Amino acid sequence: MKPNTGKIIGVSGNMVTVSVDGNIMQNEVAYIIKGDQRLKSEIVRIGDGVAFMQVFESTKGLNIGDDVEFSGQLLSVQLGPGLLTHIYDGLQNPLPDLAEAHGFFLPRGVELKPLDETAKWKFTPSVKAGDVVVAGQSLGFVPEGIFEHQIMVPFDLRGEFTVTEVAKAGDYTITDTIAQVKDEKGKSLNISMSFRWPVKLAIEAYKEKIVPVDPLVTQARIIDTFFPVAKGGTFCIPGPFGAGKTVLQHILSRYAQVDIVIVAACGERAGEVVELLREFPELEDPRTGKTLMDRTIIICNTSSMPVAAREASVYTAVTLGEYYRQMGLDVLLMADSTSRWAQAMRELSGRLEEIPGEEAFPAYLESRIAEFYERSGLVELHDGKVGSLTIGGTVSPAGGNFEEPVTQATLKVVGAFLGLSRDRANARRFPSIHPLESWSKYPTFVDDNEVAAARDMLQRGSDVGQMMMVVGEEGTSHEDFQLYLKGEFLDSVFLQQNAFDKVDAGSSKDRQQYVFAMVNRVLKTNFQLDDKEKARGFFNQLRQLFIDWNYIAMDDAEFKAQENSIDKLIKENSGNEESL
Amino acid sequence: MRKVYNKILSISGNVITVKASDVGYEELAEITTHRGKSLAQVIKLDGDLVSLQVFAGSRGVSVSDEVRFLGHPMQVTYSDNMLGRIFDGAGNPRDKGPQLADEMIEVAGPSVNPAKRIIPKRMIRTNIPMIDIFNSLVVSQKLPIFSISGEPYNELLARIALQAEVDMIILGGIGLKYDEYMKFKSVLEEGGALSRSIFFMNTASDPIVESLMVPDLSLAVAEKFALKGKDVLVLLTDMTNFADAMKEIAITMEQVPSNRGYPGDLYSQLAARYEKAVDFEGAGSITVLAVTTMPGDDVTHPVPDNTGYITEGQFYLHHGYIDPFGSLSRLKQQVNGSDSSRKDHRAIMDGMIQLYAQYIETEEKRSMGFRMSSWDQKLLKYGQHFKSQMMNLTVNIPLEEALDRGWQILADCFTSEETRMRTELINEFWPTNGK
Ligand SMILES: Nc1ncnc2c1ncn2[C@@H]1O[C@H](COP(=O)(O)OP(=O)(O)OP(=O)(O)O)[C@@H](O)[C@H]1O
Ligand SMILES: [Mg+2]
Repeated sequence: MKPNTGKIIGVSGNMVTVSVDGNIMQNEVAYIIKGDQRLKSEIVRIGDGVAFMQVFESTKGLNIGDDVEFSGQLLSVQLGPGLLTHIYDGLQNPLPDLAEAHGFFLPRGVELKPLDETAKWKFTPSVKAGDVVVAGQSLGFVPEGIFEHQIMVPFDLRGEFTVTEVAKAGDYTITDTIAQVKDEKGKSLNISMSFRWPVKLAIEAYKEKIVPVDPLVTQARIIDTFFPVAKGGTFCIPGPFGAGKTVLQHILSRYAQVDIVIVAACGERAGEVVELLREFPELEDPRTGKTLMDRTIIICNTSSMPVAAREASVYTAVTLGEYYRQMGLDVLLMADSTSRWAQAMRELSGRLEEIPGEEAFPAYLESRIAEFYERSGLVELHDGKVGSLTIGGTVSPAGGNFEEPVTQATLKVVGAFLGLSRDRANARRFPSIHPLESWSKYPTFVDDNEVAAARDMLQRGSDVGQMMMVVGEEGTSHEDFQLYLKGEFLDSVFLQQNAFDKVDAGSSKDRQQYVFAMVNRVLKTNFQLDDKEKARGFFNQLRQLFIDWNYIAMDDAEFKAQENSIDKLIKENSGNEESL
Repeated sequence: MRKVYNKILSISGNVITVKASDVGYEELAEITTHRGKSLAQVIKLDGDLVSLQVFAGSRGVSVSDEVRFLGHPMQVTYSDNMLGRIFDGAGNPRDKGPQLADEMIEVAGPSVNPAKRIIPKRMIRTNIPMIDIFNSLVVSQKLPIFSISGEPYNELLARIALQAEVDMIILGGIGLKYDEYMKFKSVLEEGGALSRSIFFMNTASDPIVESLMVPDLSLAVAEKFALKGKDVLVLLTDMTNFADAMKEIAITMEQVPSNRGYPGDLYSQLAARYEKAVDFEGAGSITVLAVTTMPGDDVTHPVPDNTGYITEGQFYLHHGYIDPFGSLSRLKQQVNGSDSSRKDHRAIMDGMIQLYAQYIETEEKRSMGFRMSSWDQKLLKYGQHFKSQMMNLTVNIPLEEALDRGWQILADCFTSEETRMRTELINEFWPTNGK
């Protein structure tokens, strides 16, 4: 079919209206031809002979009458080996390649190949002629870093296919044919190692979705022990500016125990991405001995890059995540910030003159947010393996007030709420997740009752703290004062974690369970401290010992020694330890 | 020769509409009215209807005035001869100097490829201890001063401009009061910095639409100089006026407002400007310091709020002091480590702030009538010293001297153990005349 063409009849911001006759479809990609530049755009609404398109580039200088070429394709990304370690913009343009070809600035109307088509991959077949396969099933694999990258039957193929031919083990490029299959009617199809998938459609080439229950170990104590995230689950991190959302996501992207991390820097500062770009290739992944970059893909559409591409970037990211999940891997996707994505939708909606909802966000904001998080999940694949895609998004609420549409819509659909607090950030209590307001629907790997008791202690301690502001220490009973000190103790030695200390930055599951038991022992002990000065002194000392303990590696001989000092101090100050 | 039109179909707010063909989006036009000439920019194309925002405002524009399209988008002069000169928001000289047309450059050009950025690592010394020690300014940083009217934010800006170690200064005035503008000029003149400065000045009595161009003009010129190897400091005051001007246009264009009348793209618009801050590898840099006044002293107001989400920290100017708590330079840790600064820098920064926080608590207790212990007395003394010798904005000393002064203040108020400083640093830096 000959591609459709049209002509521009209106321009307003990044919205262009185009008159067109032939068959066009919603979310189809079109190119505006401006000299040798091809400006990518997407149909977002169709009227009578008119396509409304959001342009992924600056519209400066466009004229009425400019030619538009429709592609017949939905907005899609290329899938295949070699995605890992890449840094893409929101439309899967490789940024380092663009930099090499065009220097400091992002050129307009240039599209580069997302994957290297000349690189050879060592293919090992896992099917033979005569095997019957369906979409998503593996035909073989190539090594990509430490992973066996599965070469799968393209996800858009419907029905069963019989393998007629498969390439011998050997080196191939992603465009070489590695298998031939025929469908039920006998029609032959060539399959290579790479294919495209439309980003706004979920990849569902698996057997079934299962309910996520296994904890995803993030190595952040306050998360894993108090507000856990499940593999295949969802969480959100709302917080006012400067509360620590981005730093927390960076910590998670380093320490989370997953196979693959996808970072979507969506409408935020370019400088923050640079830290990842420059540091990840230098940092070792303790699980694999390779660099962190080897398990990472960065989608980077920062705040000054075109806003329509920002809208697309989260879909690009989630599609790549779903792709690796299809291989039986655990993938963690983090988007910073989903509010910028929502704002991109708002800008577009305004240009389309849709009836606005609250704070001018479109009425479909909630369903879009829900759809996005719905693409997470734990799935059982056709071969029985299990893969997961966990999604975490930061939210940047206007005025830091969580009663706004994006935060509220997100809270309705996520499984864990890690709310950051301005007060905690100002007091440098990091990570600044609010321990009394946050919640999680997923199970933790420590005892539920113990966690509940610890939270209760925190609540009561905080109540006493509030009271003390009014009545002073003098007006507070010894028992209450001890409660207060215990709450503070739990906060400073367990909830807070030093991201800049090699050891403390990431706390393993074993370690968390071990340390939490010790913390609990302190919380439950009725200390013989009838003098407030003495009580404060004791808890200061205990806190110092614990914090130092946090800085000692578990396999270090010092670890046990420090534990003994803690034990000794507790015993010295408790009369009847187990009686509380 | 470009087409000339003599029929304006509608005038609404500062936006006019004409019927025209072959006009590019964001193209400029020149409108000749009985008041003179003004630039206008295309903000919407709808078939053969072209909407333009008129820089000088639409007041006095008549339907038969001449509209001549220029065939290019907004441009600005770029040349070394701009140094020491003052331009208006349309890019024309507002001093008595000659028109410059050496080289015209595009404004609001494309963004820098993130893959080309580098991790910032050079400190900009300002000789203001509250900045240099506690929240160091870093080359390529974008940082606003959050303040309210009446605070000396423009004085602070002028002082930083004068003392910062940069090659040149570009001052963008947006709705600036005339006397403030004159003050800037005389401060830079007296400090001998005028010859390395360029002004783009839109005062409160100048057309509002022109103020919208000021950040773009300033940053476009800054970018050119930076690519040529210059470290450029761009000062923008007041960005709240900029946001308000955008609000006005948005309302005229009947855009649905998102929050208190501001357009839904306020964040993207502000970010497009602030993100111009950059350190070009192998060339120069742009650092952006802006003033953002907070209507009603409310940091959750859309302008400071969106700004905070974009910039790399903020300085709060309160009661004439840079507030040590709310203020934050998010890039400071890149430069205050022992490699790029003195090795006691971080210790002094953390230690003095912690003690100051304790002083604030003590001050609260005192005002509530609680008994003051001897430790409290020490803190009270410390608080006073810290305010008068560090926070006071008239203090003007280099970083090293400020660090020495920090030790002296500590020694005047506390024993060395009470400061909880590491022994190694105490041995090296504790003043011999201290306790
Ligand atoms: N875990 C942490 N440990 C130490 N410092 C932290 C931590 N988290 C945040 N900070 C401090 O707070 C600053 C702001 O953090 P961050 O950039 O993550 O905020 P944010 O919530 O992403 O803000 P914005 O919404 O403006 O992007 C950091 O520059 C750092 O100084
Ligand atoms: Mg952030």
